[in-house]
Amino acid sequence: MSDTVRIIGIIEDSHDTKTLEFHWDEKALPGQFIMVWVPGMEEIPMSLSKVDRIKSITVKKIGKDTEKLHSLGLGDPMRIRGPYGKGFDLRKSKKMLIVGGGAGAAAVIPAVKETGADTIIGARTDKDIIMDYADRYTKNLWIATDDGSRGFHGNAVQLMKEKASDRKYDMILACGPEIMLYHLYNACVELNIDCQMSLERHMKCGAGVCGCCVIDDMRVCKDGPVFTREQISQMKDFGMLSRDECGRAVKR
Amino acid sequence: MLVTSVGKLRLEKPGMVASGIMDETGQSIKRMLRSGAGAVVTKSIGSNPNRGHPNPTFTEVKGGYINAMGLPNPGIELFRDEMAVAAKCGNVIGSIYGSSPEEFSGLAAKMEEYGAAAVELNLSCPHAKGYGMELGTDPETVGSIVSAVKSAVNIPVWTKLTPNTHIIGGLAMAVQDAEGDAIVAINTVKAMVISPQFGKPILSNKFGGLSGPAVRSIGVRTVFDIRAAVDVPIVGVGGISDWRDAVQYIMAGASAFQIGSAIGTKGICVFETINKDLERFMTDYGYGSISDMVGVAHE
Repeated sequence: MSDTVRIIGIIEDSHDTKTLEFHWDEKALPGQFIMVWVPGMEEIPMSLSKVDRIKSITVKKIGKDTEKLHSLGLGDPMRIRGPYGKGFDLRKSKKMLIVGGGAGAAAVIPAVKETGADTIIGARTDKDIIMDYADRYTKNLWIATDDGSRGFHGNAVQLMKEKASDRKYDMILACGPEIMLYHLYNACVELNIDCQMSLERHMKCGAGVCGCCVIDDMRVCKDGPVFTREQISQMKDFGMLSRDECGRAVKR
Repeated sequence: MLVTSVGKLRLEKPGMVASGIMDETGQSIKRMLRSGAGAVVTKSIGSNPNRGHPNPTFTEVKGGYINAMGLPNPGIELFRDEMAVAAKCGNVIGSIYGSSPEEFSGLAAKMEEYGAAAVELNLSCPHAKGYGMELGTDPETVGSIVSAVKSAVNIPVWTKLTPNTHIIGGLAMAVQDAEGDAIVAINTVKAMVISPQFGKPILSNKFGGLSGPAVRSIGVRTVFDIRAAVDVPIVGVGGISDWRDAVQYIMAGASAFQIGSAIGTKGICVFETINKDLERFMTDYGYGSISDMVGVAHE
């Protein structure tokens, strides 16, 4: 359940994102996450970007905790606990499309590897694109950049709509910024495609106990982080509201 | 068959959600009230918003969890919005923490106004400086807080006590003398976990509170001691995850029980499972009601 692992590989994914690899025999599913800590940082949840015997987390530098993880080198220890949560259900679909936006691309890569499904990776610009090595796992990897510096000029949701119009997808799997997921969810409703989305909230216990990461009455850490279209349709907070460390409602 | 009462408060089911578990927002309290629990105790609420301790605040250990959340909560004013959703769905017990009798009284009055069925005074949290157990291990302080809150509200006043003491009987007497309506026991047991690889305590607060199966026998003994010392109704809590655990607390003297950690390990279905198994046990062993079992271990 909890373990201290050593970093055995570091991959520079982009100018601000690194993948840290480690050996961990615990069984994990695509879409599950772990809590990660080393002294000098706050413990944070991280999706697994590899879920085989060699596992990994992919860390975008956005603050002092992720900066601390970026400072680690080969052989350095890291305390992890998990894996937690409900991953993607990969059996429910005959033809799926996987969408990863920004750092969220890391969380969907294990699902791409396992299914070989068509995949969209979106980011602001070419230099922010990560996980484009996914073309090893799928015949169709499409890139979208907001500024058009690579691939489709526009966001991942626009590209998904375009691809969905001539291919009959029955399921979208996605992880990314909530604003992207919000529009993607609406697109799925509009096009009548089922979906599963990995969501995020401020997290403390990670194990379904403290209840601080709830969206409406659903715990992201235990009932999620991957939620079905049906579950998301019941969420009033989705895209609208999150909770800060005190449990205060904050408009998104 | 499972109906019970804690003093004047009647509960359709004897199990409650313990404070700190899935009880910070109106929606999550509502969900738990529909899960087969007779009541939900809220996260402990203070006068002002509190972020609590920084992560790591929680970890699994053999036999349970250790946490040092540090009483995170949105503060009593904002909690009005959560109570507005929760209180109309069932029995919500408002847990509160403060540093003085006046502060406790003010918070309790708010909880009463918000529709709480009772208040639970947190005099037992082991990991918040100046609060909880730091006040709750002195009988005189306990007495003055309970007494102040009793005169401030009309709803029942429950006091949650800590097992981190050698004078549990004296603390229980203080509650009884101050006319407290019930004693809730136990809170977590003060504990620590150290990372061998880093050579440091893992929790940011260094120490925290142990919960889960590892503390159940301490809790049962504590409830037994309280029952031997006073006649105040008791709510048993600490490491309950199945009917056997719940029955032990009832037989030690508790009229009802609370569940925390097992909501993480067993899931939200833990209440329905216990309700069903408890009824079967009672039928098999000839107990017609919960009250028939309360304190039988003393006879």
